[in-house]
Amino acid sequence: MFGTGILKGLGVTLKHFVGSYVDDIRWLGRRYFNDEALKVRQGPKGTGVFTVQYPEEKLPVPEEFRFIPFLVYDEGAEGQREIRCTSCGICAKVCPPQCIWIERSNDPQSGRPIPTPKEFFIDIDICMNCGLCSEYCPFDAIKMDHDYELASFHRHAEHIFNMDRLLQPASYYASIRPTNYAREEAARAEKEAAKAARKHEA
Amino acid sequence: MAQATQTVDVEDLKPRFGEALRKDERPGYEGYLIAPDRLTEFAMALRDELKYDLLSSVTGVDYLPEDMMEVVYHALRTSGGGPLAFKAQVPRANPVVPSLVPVYPGADFQEREAWDLFGIRFEGHPDLRRILMWEGFEGHPMRKDWHEAYYEEEGKPFKNRWPEGKVYRIEDKVPYGHNVAFPPEFSVEGWTPEGDTALYAGLGKITSKDNGHEEGLDTDEIVVNLGPQHPSTHGVFRMVAKLSGETIVDLKPVMGYLHRNHEKIGERNTYLMNMPFTDRLDYFSSMSNNFGYALAVEKLMGIKPPERAEYIRVMMAELTRIANHLAAIGFLLNDLGAYFTPVLYALEERELILDVFEATSGSRMMCNYYRFGGVARDLPEGVLEKVRALVFERLPRRIDDLDRYLSGNEIVQVRGFGVGVLTPEKAIAYSATGPLLRASGVPYDIRRAEPYSIYDRFEFDVAVRYHGDVYDRYLIRMDEMRQSLRILQQVVRDIPGGEIQTGKPQYQVRVPAGESYGRVEGPKGELGYYLVSNGKPNPWRYHVRAPSFINLTSLGELCRGNKVADTVVILGSIDIVLGEVDR
Repeated sequence: MFGTGILKGLGVTLKHFVGSYVDDIRWLGRRYFNDEALKVRQGPKGTGVFTVQYPEEKLPVPEEFRFIPFLVYDEGAEGQREIRCTSCGICAKVCPPQCIWIERSNDPQSGRPIPTPKEFFIDIDICMNCGLCSEYCPFDAIKMDHDYELASFHRHAEHIFNMDRLLQPASYYASIRPTNYAREEAARAEKEAAKAARKHEA
Repeated sequence: MAQATQTVDVEDLKPRFGEALRKDERPGYEGYLIAPDRLTEFAMALRDELKYDLLSSVTGVDYLPEDMMEVVYHALRTSGGGPLAFKAQVPRANPVVPSLVPVYPGADFQEREAWDLFGIRFEGHPDLRRILMWEGFEGHPMRKDWHEAYYEEEGKPFKNRWPEGKVYRIEDKVPYGHNVAFPPEFSVEGWTPEGDTALYAGLGKITSKDNGHEEGLDTDEIVVNLGPQHPSTHGVFRMVAKLSGETIVDLKPVMGYLHRNHEKIGERNTYLMNMPFTDRLDYFSSMSNNFGYALAVEKLMGIKPPERAEYIRVMMAELTRIANHLAAIGFLLNDLGAYFTPVLYALEERELILDVFEATSGSRMMCNYYRFGGVARDLPEGVLEKVRALVFERLPRRIDDLDRYLSGNEIVQVRGFGVGVLTPEKAIAYSATGPLLRASGVPYDIRRAEPYSIYDRFEFDVAVRYHGDVYDRYLIRMDEMRQSLRILQQVVRDIPGGEIQTGKPQYQVRVPAGESYGRVEGPKGELGYYLVSNGKPNPWRYHVRAPSFINLTSLGELCRGNKVADTVVILGSIDIVLGEVDR
């Protein structure tokens, strides 16, 4: 009969419609603004209304999520910043849109280059969030951030990040990427141990 | 389909062509060189005797040091197998080759592109106008001696970024208005663009009483522009239609509004830098784009990824296909007037797939996940379980749901049956690939015809439908999603442990001189990358054979004789993405 296809299709929409209420009842008013419910709603087992009530509710970003890079510094014993970057320039060379500028510092006496960068700029209007800089950094000094809410009113004044704006403590890095941080720290400890052992032998 | 019993080989044509046909013996190159004056004859022989019936790719290469332009063709047999490359070399000062449009109508847009970007003239082309740049543009941007407005250096990395990186904005150095150069004695105010006149003149005329035009009835023809700003075009895309009443007499697509010269950028980039740029081609299926490019570079480098990486690659590519087809079907229904309910049901599932991409690659759409000889990182914890839950439980159920919801719907059927029919002969002639070709009854799928990666070990069927109309193009996407699920189920079952990268990850890969053509069966059709390397860190030539762009060649043919309202649906059923059409 002509029209049965449409009716069958409307049956599917009706099922979706009813399903949204069923899911509301299942959570008894705790369906929204509840991390536990959000996880189920947005997972493979989720039913009912799929949308997220942004900005009151936010989807948790996975660990690998990448946005504008930042520079990592370790906190020294007296709270001083020990910048990991050695201004080797690999990130600037690998950057596809070429948005990284690094100024290497020189020793005032000898004039020879010293590892810590004098300045470090990232033009975030140009950055394409590809993550290649952090992927190929041999010192784990540049990492991708999770903060995606960067809208500002002053494009020309605020969108070139300098070193001061870019630096974040290693503890922040550990908080957004715990697995990666643990893996890198383990690798580093192993390297240090091997180095110490070699020194010991010699 | 046709039996693969061809015994005629290109070598057999040698006596007939003599000196005009020779093997390309430059190191790292393959295929044949054919003298330009015998090109048409050679193409005829290829098509009719050797059964290379589909001309897949046409592009130009500017060999500036040799003072020569080369036109590179890739033709293939729809009965299966890999492409055959043949090239015509012409002097750079006067690059003229005969057009292959009379032999392969599918060369139409690609020859226009080569004319536009390289200034290679194709003698005998019916409508040789610019296609991506605008009419009135000076110069041919893909030529090696042409510099873009914000030109800094020939190749990246730029030297002023490190170690003396003094930051600046290029817009401050070259302010808006100063980045354009006009030819001498040219005044902007006194110029009237003439592009559209040529465009309208190129449209076909009513010649017979076809198209609902009755003989003796004197009707006026009118030209109607659809787009470029129109929601049905899925982006900035314009269709110029000549109408008789409400029937389309002829239709020509106009594109290039999103053109950013992706290929020029690609030639300034190093090999690795291009990877994130490929994401931006068809931004609905960035994993597939990565795949094709990785294959092309790996072919040049002669490396293979480890087993686990191959499985991950296939998994991502097939998930991409499902995500893409879900969106394609959803938006097709939008075009049909089923405003946003079907598309939101489809996007719900797509979101779950994008969650998987985000967890592995770090980005939902701009994945940048494949590397030469592997992938960027291993699957994080929990991802495989999520994929398992998706491909064994959720997606099969939801695709069935979508099928029940839409396939039997009388409105979809009435708007789809017999609308925009593409016969198999026409589909092959117009170089259609992907779902567009397979919905017309030609079961050509690169995953089977020339298996790449590890597709030869999976059990799946090549989806094919036979009517070639809008409804079949809708159905074939349903079929393909189901086949992709079959592949995914095998991938999830068999995926081994182990390394995900051959050798150490490198940011500066060594690519030997030569050429390569890497292609994958993307969700929209054959996605090919043609690369020429001269051993330097930046590719000498980087060309993308974009399926959306080439599938549009048949748009005029599909629309002719249909009503205006159907163009929207026909365009939706081809499934284009403007990021890839305009590049």
